[in-house]
Amino acid sequence: MPKSDVLHGSLALMVLRILDTLGPQHGWGIARRIEQISGDVLELNQGTLYPALLRLEQMGWIASKWGSSENNRRARFYSITRAGKKQLAAEAENWEKIAEILGRFLKPSGDWS
Amino acid sequence: MTALRVLWHRVAALFRPRTLERDLDDELQFHLAMEIAENVRRGMNARDARSAALRHFGGIAAIKETYRDTRGLPMIETAWHDIRYGFRMVARNPGFSFLAILCLTLGIGATTSVCSWIEGILLRPFPLVAHQNRMVAISGFDRNGRTNVSWPDLQDLRKNATLFDTFIAEHIGGTTLSIGNRAERASGSVVSSNYFDALGIRPIMGRGFDPSEDVGHDAHPVTVISYEAWQDRYGGDAGIIGKTQRLNGVQHTIIGVMPQGFSGTFVGYGFQFWVPASMEDNFEGGGFKLDNRGARWIEGFAFLKPGVSIEQAQAEVSAIAKHLEAAFPATNRGFGFQLYPLWQTPFNGAGTLLPTLRISFVVACVVLLIACANVGNLLLVRSFSRRHEMTVRLSVGAGRLRLMKQLLTEGLILSTAATAGGLLIAYWSRDLLKMFFPPSPGIVINFPAEIDFRVLALSAGVSLITTVLFGLVPAMQASKIDLASAIKSESGGVVGGRGKAWVRSGLVLVQVSLSFLLLVGMGLLLKSMRAMQDADPGFNTKVLSTSVDMMSAGYDLPRARNFQDQVLSRMQGAGVDAAAWARVTPFSYRSYPEAGIAVDGFVAQPGEQPVVAFNEVGAGYLGVMGIPLIYGRDIGIEDNETAAPVAVVNEAMVRRFWRGENPVGRRVQVKGRWLRVVGVAKNAKYSSMLESDKPFFYTPLRQSATLGQYLQMRTRAGAEKVAFALARAVKGIDSNMAPGEVLTLRDQVDRMNWSRRAAVNLLAIFCCMALLLAGIGLYGVMSYAVSQGTRELALRIALGATSRQLLQIVMSQGLRLVIAGIAGGIGAALLVTRLMGSLLYRVSPRDPVAFVAASLVIAVAAVTACFLPAWRATRTDPVRALRE
Repeated sequence: MPKSDVLHGSLALMVLRILDTLGPQHGWGIARRIEQISGDVLELNQGTLYPALLRLEQMGWIASKWGSSENNRRARFYSITRAGKKQLAAEAENWEKIAEILGRFLKPSGDWS
Repeated sequence: MTALRVLWHRVAALFRPRTLERDLDDELQFHLAMEIAENVRRGMNARDARSAALRHFGGIAAIKETYRDTRGLPMIETAWHDIRYGFRMVARNPGFSFLAILCLTLGIGATTSVCSWIEGILLRPFPLVAHQNRMVAISGFDRNGRTNVSWPDLQDLRKNATLFDTFIAEHIGGTTLSIGNRAERASGSVVSSNYFDALGIRPIMGRGFDPSEDVGHDAHPVTVISYEAWQDRYGGDAGIIGKTQRLNGVQHTIIGVMPQGFSGTFVGYGFQFWVPASMEDNFEGGGFKLDNRGARWIEGFAFLKPGVSIEQAQAEVSAIAKHLEAAFPATNRGFGFQLYPLWQTPFNGAGTLLPTLRISFVVACVVLLIACANVGNLLLVRSFSRRHEMTVRLSVGAGRLRLMKQLLTEGLILSTAATAGGLLIAYWSRDLLKMFFPPSPGIVINFPAEIDFRVLALSAGVSLITTVLFGLVPAMQASKIDLASAIKSESGGVVGGRGKAWVRSGLVLVQVSLSFLLLVGMGLLLKSMRAMQDADPGFNTKVLSTSVDMMSAGYDLPRARNFQDQVLSRMQGAGVDAAAWARVTPFSYRSYPEAGIAVDGFVAQPGEQPVVAFNEVGAGYLGVMGIPLIYGRDIGIEDNETAAPVAVVNEAMVRRFWRGENPVGRRVQVKGRWLRVVGVAKNAKYSSMLESDKPFFYTPLRQSATLGQYLQMRTRAGAEKVAFALARAVKGIDSNMAPGEVLTLRDQVDRMNWSRRAAVNLLAIFCCMALLLAGIGLYGVMSYAVSQGTRELALRIALGATSRQLLQIVMSQGLRLVIAGIAGGIGAALLVTRLMGSLLYRVSPRDPVAFVAASLVIAVAAVTACFLPAWRATRTDPVRALRE
C-alpha cells in the first residue's frame, strides 16, 4: 500500500494533539510518534516537520525551550500553549464535522435518493 | 493579531541570524543522530543507518531554505545578500568596476555640473532674493533695437499696471573706493528706493532706502553697502552706520549694511554698494534724468502677481506703452516695453551665458549618453565572461528573477558610487566658470552654482535610469541562457557569439558617432575663435589702454584737463609714441553716449528720431588708435574749448546721412548744437566683434564737460614697462592717484569675448572626456573579441598566418566599426551644428575643415584603442590556445 502524503493542515493538528497528550517533545520524538500512531502508514519526509513547527511557534500555539534529551544531548523541546489548546479544540471539532460529512458521502449504501 | 505576532517573530529573527542558524543546525543534527541511533537499534550497520536517516529526512539544504524563508523576511534578506554579493563582485573585478564607475562619474558629473550652473546662473541667479520664480526683467525697444527704460515711463508702469506687485529700477555703475591708502575699483548700482523691499532683503544694520530718496538731482548722497564690502573694505567696523564715504567725488553717508551672501541682481558681478535713484547723474553723468522721459537708463526688474503668466503681463505693459506713445509722441513714438524671463535677461551675464550654457547642457548630455553606452558595453562584455557563473547558478536552482535582481543590485552599487562621484565633481566645479573669466581687480565675479534638491533629484534620476538600463542588459542576456549548450564552455569567432555582437558593436558605433559630433562642435568653435582673433576690429589692437579715476578723486574739469596734459607730456618721454584720452575705450564695459542728431538735407522718416552713438576723444585719438581717415583730418589740439565745435564721422554715418558724399565742411546737429564735420574715419568695431557697421562719430573731449578718464597709448615698449612708467607719472602729479590696469586692446576684445572662450574650454573638456570614454569602449570591445577568438587566431597562426596578417584582421575589425561611427557622426553633425548659431563667427556650421579634423582625431584614437588588443592577438601561443 502506498504511503499517503501528509496534508498540510493535518500535520499541524497532529503535532498539537501529540503535544497535548504526551507533554513536551523534541522534533524527532514528534516525528516518530506521528509515524507510530499512523501505524507507519504515514511516513513523512521528517524534515518538513521543522518549518511546520516554526510556523506553529510563530502563531503562538506552541512554545519551545532548549533542554537535554533522554541520552543527555542538547535538544529543543516543544510544548503546547494555552492558545494552542484552544486552537486544538476548535480544529478537532471542525475536523470531526468534516470527517462525519465525508463519511456520510462515502458510506457504501448511503441515502442517495 | 496572529498576523502581527508572526511579523514580530520574523522581524525579530532578522536581528540574530547567527544564533538562529546555529540553533537550526543543532536541532537538525540532533534529529539525525536520534534517527541513526534508532536505525542501529533496529539492526542496521552504521553506514546504512546514516544514509537511511538522511533519506528519511529529505533534502537538508532545501528544508533549511524553507525554514529560513519562514523564519525571517526573505525579501529583505535576499536584498541584503544581493548587496553583499554585489560588493563582493565589485571588489573581485576592481579594474572593471573602476572603469564603469569612472565612466558614469564623468557622465553624471558633467550633467550635474552644467545643471547646477544653469540652476545657479539662469534659473535662480540671485541668492537670498525672494520669489525669483515671479521675477522678470524689463527692458524697452525702439526702431533701432533694445533700449533701457526711462524713469517717468517706469513710474507710469507702476501706476497703471495691475498684474504686477512691484517694479524696480537699477543701473550698474562703478567707482574707485579709496579707504585709507588703499584705492580699488568697486562695482555698485543705482537703484530705486523700493529695491531692497521688493527683493525681500532686510539690512543687518541701519536701513534701506526711503521713497523720498528717489526725488531730486543728486539730492540724497546716501549709500547701502554689501556685507562683503563691510568686512573687506571697512574691517567689519561696528560703528559704520553714519560714517561717510566718497563715491564718484561726492561724500555719501553709509546708512545700511546688507546681509551676507546678497550681492545684488546682476548675473556676473557682485556689487559692493548701492545708491538711490536721485544720485544717478553723479554716477553716470549726462544730466538729471528723473524727469526726462527720453532718457532711458534703467535696467529694470518686475515681480508678477502670483499666477500671472509672462504673456499676460507682456500684453498689459504693451498696452501701457501704446498709451504712452499717444500721450508723449515726442519721446515715445515707436517705443515699447519688453519682458524677459530671468534666464533671458538681455542686459546682464545671463544673456551672454545663455548660448554657452545651452550648448554645454547638450554636450554634457551627450557625454552622459556615451558614458551609459560605454558602461552598458562593459557590462555586456562582462556578462559573457560571467555566463558560466550564471549557468551554474541557474542549474543549481537559482530563480531567473533572483539572478536579475542580483544583477540590478550590482548596477545599483556601481551607479550609487558614480552618483556620489558625480556630485563631488559638480561641487568642485561650482566655480569653474569663474576661472574662464579674466580677472580684473576690484570686480567681484559672481557666478553662483546651486546644487539644490532639483539638481540632486535630476542626477539621481539619471543614475537610476542608467542603472536599470545597464543592469538589465546582462540580466536579459543571462535569462536567455540555454542551460545545456552554455554549460559546455563556449568559444566563438573573433567577434564572439555573432548573434549578440551587434549590440556591442552598435554601442561602440553610437559612442564614436557622438564623440565625432562633439569634436566637430569643438572644431567649429575653435575656428570661429580663430576667425575672431584674426578679424580686424578696425583699430590697432596693440594699443594700450587704461583709466585714471579722476571723478572719484573729486577733480573738477580744469583740474582734470591740467592733469591729463601733464600725464601726456610725461608719458611722451617714457617710450610712448602717441597717446590720447577718451570718454570710452572700445570693448570696455562702459557704454557709449548716444544723441539724437539732425543733418542738413537729411529728411528723417515721419516720427523717426535718428540716434547715433559717439565718443568724446582727445587730440590725435584716431591716429593713436590706428583708425584710418578717408577724408579730412583727425580731432586736433586746435579743437579746444574756444574753437568752433567739430566732429569726425564714420563711413556708415556718411552712407546713411549724406548718401555717401564727402561731408567734410557740412554740419550735423547734436543735442541742439551744430558741429562742423572735419573728417571721415573708416568704420570700426566699437563694442563687439559681432556688431554690423553702424553710424558713429567722434567729438573733441575739450569741447565737452566730460572728464574723459580712459587713456589710449601707442607704444613699442611692453605693457608692463608702460604701466610702471604711467604709475610713476600719475603718482608724481598727484600722490593720491593710481592708474587702473593697463591692457592691450587685444585683451579688451578678448575679455568681451569670454563667454565664447568659456564655451570652447568647456567643450574641449567634454570632448576629451568623450574621446576617452569612446576609446575605453572600443578598447573593451576589441580586447573581448580577441580574448574570445583566441582559438581561431591560434588556428590561423598554426596554419601559417604572419603577425602582420593577424594585426590586419583584428585592426580591420575595429576600424570598420570606427568608419561606420564616423559616418553616423557626420550625419548627426550636419543636422545638429546649425544649433550652435550665435556662437559661430564667420564659420559655416558645415565647415569641411572641422569635419576632416574630427575624423582624423577619431581615427588616431581608434587606431590606438585597437592596436593593443591586436598586438596581443599576435602574441597568442597557438599550442596553448588550441589545447584549451
